[in-house]
Amino acid sequence: MGLRSFMDEIAPHFEEGGKLRFAYPAYEAVDTALYTPGFVTGGSSHVRDGMDNKRIMLTVWVCAFIPVFVGSYVWGLNALTAMAEVGKTEIEGWQSIFLNLLITTDPKSIWNCLIYGLGHFLPLYAWVFVVGIAAEWLFATKRGHEIGEGYFVTSILFTLSLPPTIPYWMAAVGVLFGVIVAKEVFGGIGKNFLNPALTGRAFLYFAYPAQMSGDQVWVAVDGVSQATPLGNAAIGLDYGVDWMSAFIGLMPGSIGETSTLAILIAAALLCATRIASWRVMAGVFAGMVLTATLFNLIGSDSNPMFEMPWYWHLVLGGFAFGMVFMATDPVSAAMTNNGRIYYGLLIGFMCVLIRVVNPAFPEGMMLAILFGNLFAPLFDDYVMQANIKRRLARG
Amino acid sequence: MASQTEVLIDPIFNNNPIALQVLGICSALAVTISMSTTTVMCLAVLFVTTMSNLAVSLVRNYIPTNIRIIVQMTIIASLVIVVDQVLQAVAYDISKQLSVFVSLIITNCIVMGRAEAFAMQNGPWMSTLDGFGNALGYSVILIGVALVREPLGAGTLFGMEIIPTVANGGWYEPNGMFLLAPSAFFIIGFFIWAIRAWKTDQVEEEEFEIAPNIQYKEAA
Repeated sequence: MGLRSFMDEIAPHFEEGGKLRFAYPAYEAVDTALYTPGFVTGGSSHVRDGMDNKRIMLTVWVCAFIPVFVGSYVWGLNALTAMAEVGKTEIEGWQSIFLNLLITTDPKSIWNCLIYGLGHFLPLYAWVFVVGIAAEWLFATKRGHEIGEGYFVTSILFTLSLPPTIPYWMAAVGVLFGVIVAKEVFGGIGKNFLNPALTGRAFLYFAYPAQMSGDQVWVAVDGVSQATPLGNAAIGLDYGVDWMSAFIGLMPGSIGETSTLAILIAAALLCATRIASWRVMAGVFAGMVLTATLFNLIGSDSNPMFEMPWYWHLVLGGFAFGMVFMATDPVSAAMTNNGRIYYGLLIGFMCVLIRVVNPAFPEGMMLAILFGNLFAPLFDDYVMQANIKRRLARG
Repeated sequence: MASQTEVLIDPIFNNNPIALQVLGICSALAVTISMSTTTVMCLAVLFVTTMSNLAVSLVRNYIPTNIRIIVQMTIIASLVIVVDQVLQAVAYDISKQLSVFVSLIITNCIVMGRAEAFAMQNGPWMSTLDGFGNALGYSVILIGVALVREPLGAGTLFGMEIIPTVANGGWYEPNGMFLLAPSAFFIIGFFIWAIRAWKTDQVEEEEFEIAPNIQYKEAA
């Protein structure tokens, strides 16, 4: 019996009057992930394409695994190196149960580092996924809509934006806040005006600053502190890495943000499949370069961040990750092509402005994107009004 | 004509000034960080709203229409100054914590709104009830917000520890978000959600309806 006919056979149980009616959103989610659904929006003004929302989101999800692997490697490398430095030879934490079987604590081996990182990342991701999908499912059942496939993307982007030492309960609080307050209260995917993953992260950032930033959280070994290069830069210290290592990602930071190289590979894939808008990315990049150059020209005696050139802004902190994965969120970004460019420019500008001028926040990408999200409908409106005016003038 | 009980009780849940009319949000964000400041603020607003409604209602037939806002403002401002001076005299610490927000009761939309919308058209007794009821509605939400914010944000209630925090050797990691004013926005949002789930007549109509999905063969 084929999978399709099996799905069709069990379908009546989940439909109106079936015993498993309450689980319909789960059935529907699996069914439409496997097969392009036969249901479409009514009315005649819609483009119908096999590349539907579900397939778009799954592609982004797969692309996000490029930073996952590199980020996990960096996580493992940082942790194992730190353990070697302080003379620890035992892997700590409950993950050691299976990690001890697979790897040793020698940081020179790529295998060791990768498995150490993945062994910590994948359980965290699974946990975030389960907690968030439970909330989604509750709302989907209660409100009679489908489980948003966007959650695949939300969950992995949220996990990637966390520091490696985040406690599990904290990750759960953050993802619940992101899913419920940023998305479900507005009616689910497509109606949220903020990026849910970033909103969850912002909540954690303001709620638990000591666990989300600072110099204690970036290496997954107890009692080892290491500041991020961006944190160093903000207080005028040496960055601690050379540009090439920073570009490849050999530095402490949130799981997904470290390797600009991996992110740019994912960006190329996303642009080639025309899933992420290149206009948003180009706008963010241009806005960042222009603003950073402007600050370079102004200069400052007391604030070392004024001197940071644009190619350092690109590789440090969450800039590249935010530009490629967060700012391009199709729901919360601007919808018109011209609007996307202005929206991107605003984010790039705000990011550098916060990084350079505000001493309280060494990193500005998260807040800049949320700020941009708020303005996206305004840009769309201006673009549409301009279009209407131009067409009227044309007669 | 509404009955006395309706005028007094309706503003608490059926027509809450914060949750339904969305007035007086600024002070609801600013003072709800701790229960003690919230309680004092609620008492102050109770006093000012009740007395201003009474006073405005008493003189309502002698106020020329084109300067009525100024007269109302003068009455409210005098009452607020009384409250402010009393607070500075008897509870100086709390008055310091509330800082400008006591003086800002003058601009609290609820006080002005009730004077203009109710006391200008109704007798003194009903106006007093209305002012008291609306201030009660305001207080219910404020105290509710503070009951969430103070324990979650600092592990305390009225300044006394009720959840042992990590810093004091307990288990609770205080959530710093609740010490910041924006947290009151989404707590009030949750309250509005709860009230509308309970009293469904407050739910607004959908602006548009999304067309249901159909089989693509029918659409083609």
